[in-house]
Amino acid sequence: MSKLGTLGHRLHRGEVSYDFVGKRKLWYGVSILITLAAIIGLAVNGLKLGIEFSGGAVFTTPKTSVSVSQAQDKISGDTAGHHATIQKLGTGGLRIQVSDIDTATSKQVQQKISADLNIPSKDINAEIVGPSWGKEISKKALQGLIIFLVLVVIYLAIAFEWRMAVAALVALLHDITITTGVYAIVGFEVSPGTVIGLLTILGYSLYDTVVVFDGLKEATRGITKQNQKTFSDVANRSLNGTLVRSINTTVVALLPVAALLFIGGGILGAGVLNDIALALFVGLTAGAYSSIFIATPIVADLKEREPQMQALRKRVLAKRASDAQKAKEAEARGEDPEAADDDADPQDGEEATASAAAGVVAPRGQGAARSSRTQPGSRGRGGRSRPSGKRR
Amino acid sequence: MAAAKKGRRSSGSQGYPGRALAVILIALVAMTGGMFLSGDTTPRLGIDLAGGVSITLTAKPNQGSAVTKANMNTAVNIISNRVNGLGVSEAEVQTEGSKNIIVNIPKGTNAEQAQKQVGTTAQLFFRQVLAVDNGVPAATPTPTPSGSATPSGTPSGTPSSTPTGTATPKSTATPTGSATSTVQNRPVSGALASGVNKAPTPLPTTPPATDPNATNPSTSSGDLSVPADLQAKFTALDCSNDKQRNAITDGSAQDKGKKVIACGQEGGIWQKYVLGPSLIDGKRVSGANAAFDTQQGNGWVVNLNFDSSGAGQFTKVTGDLSSQAEPNNRFAIDLDGVVQSAPSVHSALTGGSAQISGGFKQNEAEDLANVLKYGSLPLAFEPSETTTVSAALGGEQLRGGLIAGAVGLALVVAYMFAYYRGLSFVAIASLMTSAALTYTIMCLLGRAIGFALNLPAVAGAIVAIGITADSFIVFFERIRDELREGRSLQPAVARGWPRARRTILVSDFVSFLAAAVLYVVTVGKVRGFAFTLGLTTVLDVAVVFLFTMPLMTILARRKFFAQGHKWSGLDPKSLGVKAPLRRVRRTHSTETKEA
Repeated sequence: MSKLGTLGHRLHRGEVSYDFVGKRKLWYGVSILITLAAIIGLAVNGLKLGIEFSGGAVFTTPKTSVSVSQAQDKISGDTAGHHATIQKLGTGGLRIQVSDIDTATSKQVQQKISADLNIPSKDINAEIVGPSWGKEISKKALQGLIIFLVLVVIYLAIAFEWRMAVAALVALLHDITITTGVYAIVGFEVSPGTVIGLLTILGYSLYDTVVVFDGLKEATRGITKQNQKTFSDVANRSLNGTLVRSINTTVVALLPVAALLFIGGGILGAGVLNDIALALFVGLTAGAYSSIFIATPIVADLKEREPQMQALRKRVLAKRASDAQKAKEAEARGEDPEAADDDADPQDGEEATASAAAGVVAPRGQGAARSSRTQPGSRGRGGRSRPSGKRR
Repeated sequence: MAAAKKGRRSSGSQGYPGRALAVILIALVAMTGGMFLSGDTTPRLGIDLAGGVSITLTAKPNQGSAVTKANMNTAVNIISNRVNGLGVSEAEVQTEGSKNIIVNIPKGTNAEQAQKQVGTTAQLFFRQVLAVDNGVPAATPTPTPSGSATPSGTPSGTPSSTPTGTATPKSTATPTGSATSTVQNRPVSGALASGVNKAPTPLPTTPPATDPNATNPSTSSGDLSVPADLQAKFTALDCSNDKQRNAITDGSAQDKGKKVIACGQEGGIWQKYVLGPSLIDGKRVSGANAAFDTQQGNGWVVNLNFDSSGAGQFTKVTGDLSSQAEPNNRFAIDLDGVVQSAPSVHSALTGGSAQISGGFKQNEAEDLANVLKYGSLPLAFEPSETTTVSAALGGEQLRGGLIAGAVGLALVVAYMFAYYRGLSFVAIASLMTSAALTYTIMCLLGRAIGFALNLPAVAGAIVAIGITADSFIVFFERIRDELREGRSLQPAVARGWPRARRTILVSDFVSFLAAAVLYVVTVGKVRGFAFTLGLTTVLDVAVVFLFTMPLMTILARRKFFAQGHKWSGLDPKSLGVKAPLRRVRRTHSTETKEA
C-alpha cells in the first residue's frame, strides 16, 4: 500500500497530525499575503475584458483559402494586444473579432490583417460590434449570486451554525479574490468561460468547506461533556481525520484540470482552454486549501469566544495542570507516571485519539457508545447539539 | 427537506441492492435507447465548439422610435431572451455597427424558424374593430350571408350593461350575426368565434355614418367613425395581395394612437379591418404560453396573462365593448399590423387573461408565445444576411483539449487504483455510470430544449468529476474507518453509509442551491451554467444512492473484499486494523467516569 495509505491510518489514530488550528496565525498570514498580492495585481493590472463584455471590432474578409488556424498564427501579435476570435463563414470568408478596440485602432488592425492575409485592405469589411454578454446578463448574474450567498448563509446557519456560515463565506471570498487576482496578474482576457469558471470555483469552494464542516460538526458534538480537549483540539483532530478525504478529493479534482492546463495548454497549445483551466486550477487549489487552513481555524477562533467554550478551555487547562502536578508528584514518589496519567494527556496514545477522531473518520464503536450516553445532557447546552444533527 | 425523502428511498436500496441497481441500469438503457431512436447520439455543441448560423438583422427606421444605441441594446436583450430563454442554447446576440444585430445560433438549429423568431417585432395591440369586410374585394363584393348567420336586423341597443350607465342606444342599426358563439366565461375565444361568425358584416354604407354624436360616450374606445381617407384605403385594400399587405404593416402605418386598417385571416379566408386606436398595449402582457385548446376545439392557441394594470384595462375594455353592436363589440388582437383574431365580446372578461387563436400549428403557437413573453422590439428589423460560421475554437485546439482530458481521466483512474486498489473498481464504475448518464441526458436535451454544450460546460463537467468522485471517497473513507474499528466489512458498509450519506446530501444541497438560484434569477450563459451544475449534482446523488451504495453492499458479500484481500483496498493490515476491542472498552470506561 502506498505511503498515503499508511498515512491514512496513522492520521486516524493520531500517530501523525499537523496542528492546523494551533498554527492558524501563520496560515492566516500566508493567506493575507496572497490575497493582498491578488488585490494589488487586480488594482495595478486590472482585468482585460473580452469581446463578449466590451465589444470590439469585427473584420470580414472575402473568400479566402486561409484556414482558421493559419489565420490565427498569421495575425497573432497584430491585434493591438487583444485576443482575436476567428470563424470561417459560409461564404468562404473569415470573420475576425478583436476585443476592446476603437475605430482608430481598428483601422490599423485592418491594415495589418490585410497585410498578414494578403487580402486587399478595401475588401476587408470592418465594423464595431457590441457586447454579446450585455450589462443585463452581468447584472442578473450578480443578483443571482447575492441571493444565493444570502440563502447559503441562512442554510449553513441552520444546518450548522452561524460561525461556520461566516467562516465558509470568508473562505469563499478568499478563493474568489485569489483566482481573480491571478487573472489580472497573468493578463488573461475575461471571457464568459472564465466567469463561469469562477462560478464553478465558487460552488466547489463551498462544497469542500461544507464537507469539512460536516466532519467538524460531528466531532464536536457533546464536546462540553468532557474536560480533556478544547474546541480547537477537537477541531484539529477532525481536520486531520478528514485529511485523507481532502487530499484524495483534491487530487482527483485537480488531475484532469492539471492535464488540461499543462498538457492541453503547454504542449498542444490549446489557447482558450488555458484560460479556463488556469482559473479552475487556481480556484480548486485555493478552495481545498481554504477549507482546511482558513475556514476551520476561523470557526475555532469564533467558537473559543463562546462562554461555554471558554469555560471548557479553563477546565481543560486546569485538568492538564493538575495532571501534570500529579504526574510530577508521582514521579517524585518514584512511581510509574504512565499509570496515573493514562487518559489525561491529549497527545498520548489511543484513548485520546479514539475519543476525538472525527469527521469522515469517526470512531463508531466507542464514539457512538459514548455519545449515546452524553447526548441527553448535552442537548441543553448551547446551540451546538441541534436536533437536526440526528445520529443514525 | 429533500434529504429526508432521499434518505427513505436509500434505506430501501440498502435492503434491496439489486433493485436499486436494476433501476439505474434500466434508466440508463432506456435513455441510451431513446438517444439512438431519436438519432441524437452526440450532444449538440455550442458555437465555440461546432460553429453555427449567423443571422444579421438590420434595423428599419420605425415610427416614433429612432435607431438609437439604447433601443439597439434593448433589442439585443429581447432577442437574446427569445433565442436563449432557457439559457441552454448558447446562442449569442450582439450589435454590429450602429444599426445591425448579429445573432449566432449553434449548428443544428432550424435557421428559418430562428430567423422568424428573432426578426419578429412583436408589437401587440388590442384594438376595437370599427369595420370589417371580406379581405378580397374583387371576388364577391358583399356576399349574402348564408344560413344562420343572416343578419337579424335587431338593433343592438342593450343599454343597461354599460358600466357607466349612460345608456345611449346606438343609432347604427348594425345587424348582429346571430351565430356568434363566443362562450362566456372563457377569456376570449378567438378564431372560432369569429370564424363561425363568418358572415361578412356589412360595412356601414356611408363612412361617417357613425358620426361623433352617435358614438357611445361611455366607452373608452371613443369615436367609431372611419375617416374618409382611411375608408378609401380600406375599400381599395386587397388582403390577398402580399405587396399591399406589407405596405400596411410597415412602420408608420401602424401607429398605436391612430385608427388603422389591417388584414387578418379567419379560417383561412382573408378579412380586412378598420381598427380603432390601441386600447391595451402588448407591454401589459406579463406572460404567454402555447396550449392545445381541447374544450373549444380551437387547436393550438396562445394564452396571455396581463399584469395588474393590463388586467384592469382588459376588464374595462371588454365591458365597454360587450355593450356595443357588431362589429364594434369585437376587438382585434393586432400583432405587427396583422389581425391574429378578432373575437366578439358579450360580457366583461375578468381574470386578466386572454387567448389568441388563429388556427396555429403547434410550433407557430409556441413561437408566438415565446416572442410575446419577452416583449416587443423597440425597432423593426429585417434579416439582411444569413451565413454559416465555423467553430471559434479551432479543431486542433479542441482535439488538444480532448487529449488532455483523456490523459487527466487516465491519471484519475491510475490514482484511484493506486490508492483504493479493488475499491477503485467501484469508484470507476460509478464514475462511468455518471458519465454515461450525463452524456445521454445531454444528447436528449439537445433536441428537447435546445441544450448545447459549450466550452465552459465542458470545463464544468471536468470539475464535476472531482465532486462526483468525492462522494465515493467520502463513502470509502467511512467504510475504512469502520474497518479500523475492528468491524467486518458488511457491518462496516451498513454503518458507514448513513454517515457518508449525510455528508453527501448536505454538501450536494449547497451545489444544488447554487444551481437553482442562478437558474431562476439569471439569463443567458449563466443560466446555462446553472443548468449543467444542477444536472451533474442531481446525477451525483442519484449515482451514489442507486449505484455506488448498492454495488458496495453486494461486493461486501464477496470473499475478495470481505476477507480484505491484499488487492481489495480493504486489507486490514494496510488499514492498520488492530484488535481494538479491549482497548476501546477500557478507554470507554475511564472516560465515562470522567464525564
